[in-house]
Amino acid sequence: MSKKPISIDEELGMFDKPENVKRLLRIFYACVVVSLAIDIFYHKHGIFTWESFFGFYSVYGFVACVILVIVAKYVLRPLVMRKEDYYND
Amino acid sequence: MINALPPAMILILGGLLVPLFRGRTRQALLLLLPVISFINLLQLPHGSFWIYPFLSDQIILARVDKLSLIFGYIFHLVAFLSALYALHVDDAVQNVAGTVYAGAAIGAVFAGDMFTLFVFWEMLTISATFLILARRTERALGAGFRYFMVHVAGGLCLLAGIIMHVSQTGSAAFDLIGLGTTASWLIFVGIGVNSAWPFLHPWLTDAYPEATITGTIFLSAFTTKTAIYALARAFPGTEELIFIGGAMAAFPIFYAVIENDLRRVLAYSLINQVGFMVVGIGIGTALSINGAVAHAFNDLLFKGLLFMTMGAVMYRTGKINATDLGGLYKSMPWTCGFCIVGAASISAFPLFSGFVSKSMVMEAAAHGDMRWLWFILLFASAGVFHHAGIKIPFFAFFSHDSGIRCKEAPPHMLLAMGISAILCILIGCFPQYLYSILPYATDYQPYSISHVLAQSQLLIFSALAFTLLLLAGIYPAEIRSVNVDADWIYRQGGRQIYRFCNWAFNGINVWADRIFVQQFTKLLARFFEEPGGNLQKYGYRLWVEGSGITENQEHVTQKIDSRSRSAAYPVGVGVLLAVVILALASLLLYLR
Repeated sequence: MSKKPISIDEELGMFDKPENVKRLLRIFYACVVVSLAIDIFYHKHGIFTWESFFGFYSVYGFVACVILVIVAKYVLRPLVMRKEDYYND
Repeated sequence: MINALPPAMILILGGLLVPLFRGRTRQALLLLLPVISFINLLQLPHGSFWIYPFLSDQIILARVDKLSLIFGYIFHLVAFLSALYALHVDDAVQNVAGTVYAGAAIGAVFAGDMFTLFVFWEMLTISATFLILARRTERALGAGFRYFMVHVAGGLCLLAGIIMHVSQTGSAAFDLIGLGTTASWLIFVGIGVNSAWPFLHPWLTDAYPEATITGTIFLSAFTTKTAIYALARAFPGTEELIFIGGAMAAFPIFYAVIENDLRRVLAYSLINQVGFMVVGIGIGTALSINGAVAHAFNDLLFKGLLFMTMGAVMYRTGKINATDLGGLYKSMPWTCGFCIVGAASISAFPLFSGFVSKSMVMEAAAHGDMRWLWFILLFASAGVFHHAGIKIPFFAFFSHDSGIRCKEAPPHMLLAMGISAILCILIGCFPQYLYSILPYATDYQPYSISHVLAQSQLLIFSALAFTLLLLAGIYPAEIRSVNVDADWIYRQGGRQIYRFCNWAFNGINVWADRIFVQQFTKLLARFFEEPGGNLQKYGYRLWVEGSGITENQEHVTQKIDSRSRSAAYPVGVGVLLAVVILALASLLLYLR
């Protein structure tokens, strides 16, 4: 055996391990909850009245992105997607 | 007279000298030119210099004020960073084109009159085209050609506007123009081509991803930002810009979500960011113009940084499609880190540069009570985080492991990316230095608790949407494809016109060939082989049909044939023809 045995741990990066990804996701979800929870205790000031509503920015950010993806995937893509060689046939 | 040179001169003339040097000397020159040019710029006080008479007016090579200076500073900084990033490129075409391109942009923002502006404007187009062609692939050749054609058309539009404007007003000074006359509209649209307005934009998303790795860094910086400067100078407070900018901020993010080529994703997000600037100029208050200029300043850094990181990935792996990449954080940890800084900056995370400038435009829109615009910009803010902030780093460096193991980016690239990243963070943490060089004095405070909280919530919940959509499998998988955009009009549309002309005109040609050349002449030739016999046969056939007597038909025909062949007719062919022609002539005469 001339080949050096490959260590699995060396090949796998930090995010190749599912438990690390899970841990990361858990931290992220905690951030999500905390950022929303602050709205209960702190009353935001804005120029428009709706800016100080509870969770306005959170809901808007979430809904905006879901709409963005849905529209891009189910409306725009069927309209504009062509084969890679579309322009050079 | 002041003891300096016109601002653009050092980079343009110095750039043209570059091919005379080789190896390390050339590298040193490429790095030094922006530095020397910058020191030269610092010698200039406010005012107009190098004024020469031209036609009935004058040209002004340098008009130095706060608006031109801030663009001058950042253009020099980016020219240096781009040169540093491109240090390994030993290709005279790119070395010259990059340096001259930066010089042309600097010349354009300091131009005090429209003729000077136009000359530098066209110089931008020509040098940029070489940065695209220098990739030397067939696709780059096509994209470079289209880039050139679109910009030449835009430049001609601008020139027509300038000439009309000068002849109407009698002044070539490049100052506030405002919309109204035909001339002003032509100038407006001419600038609009370079600032990538909707439907005028596809040159950007078409050409930038096809340019060389380092060429794209230069390209992403100068053309659009020079146009933003020109708009801020000539059309501040033009209401049309609010609509145009709003559309620019919103529509590219949909394309960016489904695009596979990561440099093209960045090209779409470039249009989206320029949209914020156009809106700021359109609103036209001191706060909004400051916001537009500050955002241009920041965008030059963070967009440059993002293009640099994707360029480094492409340089090491030779791939740029999201479908081919992934898991690179292990091989290129530094590049990955810088990319995340760029992503955080473009997404306007608190403590990163985008936060301190984008919010000025948003707040200006809110102060003007432009509700629909404010909602669109907020949507665009969430969207930009989605596609540029998460998608770029995620698909390049994380996602599924593509199995690619490569080296980290070379040191000079890392240095250029590192300086950009540090500047993004410094501006985000200490915005007062940026604010002090803005065109209008400001005491704007981006860091209020409400604002930081609002922006954090927006971004965190955008990230949540991305995460949940990805885990649920709804997030659109990257597909190798071409997404048609407005360039379809001239790429396929042009081809369709070509096809139609081919069908119509060549169709007529083929038809005429068949009828006149092949069939008609053949018919004539056959007839005149035996004119007498043929005529007689035809007459006989008519008689047969008329009289109904069909017996002996074959026999008679054969007799006619043999008589004709043995020339046994009493009258020669010539006489017969003469009779026919005379008969026709008399018929015509009679009809008259």
